[in-house]
Amino acid sequence: MIIAEQKTLAEIRDMVSPYRKILLAGCGTCTAFCSAGGSKEVDKLADALLSENKDIVIDKTTIPRQCATKFIDRLENKVGHCEAVLSMACGNGVQAVASRFPDKPVLPALNTQFIGVEKEPGVWTENCMACGDCILWRTGGICPVARCAKSLLNGACGGASEGRCEVSKDRPCAWQEIYHALKRLNMLHYLKEKPQVKDWPIHPGRVVREDLRDVEAT
Amino acid sequence: MSFREALESGKFLVTAEVGPGKGTDVEHLLKDAEMIKERVDAINVTDLQSSVMRLGSMAVCHMLVDMGIDPIFQVTCRDRNRLALQSDLLSAWVLGIRNMLALTGDHPTLGDHPTAKPVFDLDSVTLLEAIGTLNAGQDMAGNELKGVPDFLCGAVVNPGADNEAAMDLQIMKMEKKIEAGAKFFQTQGVYDLDAFEKFMKRVEGFGAKVLGGIILLKSVGMARYMNKNVAGVFVPEPFIQEMKEAEDKAQASKEIAVRLVKGMKDLCDGVHIMALGWESKIPPILDDVGL
Repeated sequence: MIIAEQKTLAEIRDMVSPYRKILLAGCGTCTAFCSAGGSKEVDKLADALLSENKDIVIDKTTIPRQCATKFIDRLENKVGHCEAVLSMACGNGVQAVASRFPDKPVLPALNTQFIGVEKEPGVWTENCMACGDCILWRTGGICPVARCAKSLLNGACGGASEGRCEVSKDRPCAWQEIYHALKRLNMLHYLKEKPQVKDWPIHPGRVVREDLRDVEAT
Repeated sequence: MSFREALESGKFLVTAEVGPGKGTDVEHLLKDAEMIKERVDAINVTDLQSSVMRLGSMAVCHMLVDMGIDPIFQVTCRDRNRLALQSDLLSAWVLGIRNMLALTGDHPTLGDHPTAKPVFDLDSVTLLEAIGTLNAGQDMAGNELKGVPDFLCGAVVNPGADNEAAMDLQIMKMEKKIEAGAKFFQTQGVYDLDAFEKFMKRVEGFGAKVLGGIILLKSVGMARYMNKNVAGVFVPEPFIQEMKEAEDKAQASKEIAVRLVKGMKDLCDGVHIMALGWESKIPPILDDVGL
C-alpha cells in the first residue's frame, strides 16, 4: 500500500487560508489503512482546523478510493458547493481528483512517502520503488533497489555496522538481509551472478496494453 | 617507476593519500605530497571524502602529475551517472592520470549536504566494468572511442566486516571486482593483524594485489571515535592504552604504525597509509621498517 503522513497543521492552514468553504475528502484505502487520511483522520483534521478558525465551513466526506473515476464521480455535487478540495489521499489521488475537477483547487493534506508495509504498530517501511523491472526472485524477496539506501544491485557496500545501514542505525542493511534470506532458501548462488546495470525507467511512466485497447476499439 | 611498473615488479608497494579541502587552497596538500613523493609508489586523491563537498580529485591528481607523482584517481558512484563517470575518466586520461580506484562512495546523508540526491547509477563493480570497456575502446553503449585510455584499476575491500554475512558479502564483491578488472585492493584501516591474516588466507590466490590500510592514530579520542563510527575499523584496547599512556603521542602513533607495517610485510603486497594530515610522519615510519 501507499504510505503517507499528514502535513503539519501550519502548512495545511497556509494552504487553505484563501478559502472559506472547503471540502475535506478522505480516502478509504491506502491512506486510511496507514492512519493518515481515512474517515477518522478527516474528523480529526476538520476539528483541528475549525478550532483555529471559526469562520471556515468544512464539508467532510470519504470515498473508497480517490484514484478511481467511479468513486471520484461521487464527489461531484459536493465539489460544486466548495471553494477548494482538501484531499487526504496520496499524491496520486490528489492528482486524479484535480484532473476530474480542473476548475477547483485540490490541495494535498498529506505527504506521500512510499509503497510499503506496516512493520509494527506505528512504524511503516518502504518495500518497492515501482522501478519497472522486478528482481525479487533472485534477491530472496527483499528489494535492494528500494531497501538499500544506495539501490546497489551487485552486493553490499562497506558501510554497514552491526547489520545496520550507514545512513541510520534504524535501518537494516538490505544486502545482509538478502544474504540471510538467500542462505535460508539455499539460493546463495544468485549473489555470484554476473553484475547488473539497471535500465532506469523514464518518468512519467506509461503502460500500454494493446490487447485491452483493441477490445475497447471493437 | 610508475605505479603500474611498481605493481608488476612484485615489490612491496607503498601508497598514501591526500584529501583535497573545502576551497581552492592547495598549498598544504601539495606540500604534503611533495614531502612523501620520493617514498611512495603512488598517492591517492580522495573524491569528496565522507560526502563532504570539496575540491575535486581529478584537478588535484592532475597537479600531482605535474609534480612527477603518479596519482590514483579515486572515483565514487555517489555523484555522477554513467555518462559523467565515463566522461570524467576520459578527461582524467587526457590530463595524464593513469590509475583509478573505484568506490561505491558514502551516502550523501553522511556529509555536509545531507539532502543531496544520491546517484549510484553504477556501483563499484559496474564502474570497473565500464572502465574495462573504455580501456577496450568502447563506451558502455557500445560506441567506438577515438583515442582509448588504458587505466590501471583498483578497488577497496573491508577486511574488518563485523559479522559473517558482512564478511561473505565483502569477499563475494571482491571477487566480482577482480572479475571486472581490479588489479589491486586498498583495504580499510587495519589494526588487528591476526584478523587481517585470516582475511588474507581467505583471499589467497585471488590474483589481485592487496595493500593493507594503515590509518595513523592521532589520539585516544580518534581511536574511540573510529570504533564507534567507522564501519570495519576496530582499534583494539591495548593500542588505545598505549596512546593514553604515551607522553609523546606522535611517537606512540609512529611506533604503532611501524609495528603494523612490519606485520603486513609478511602478509600482503603493500601498505596504503592514511596519514590524515600527518604526512610528515610517513618518511620516518618507512625509515624504521626499511622501505
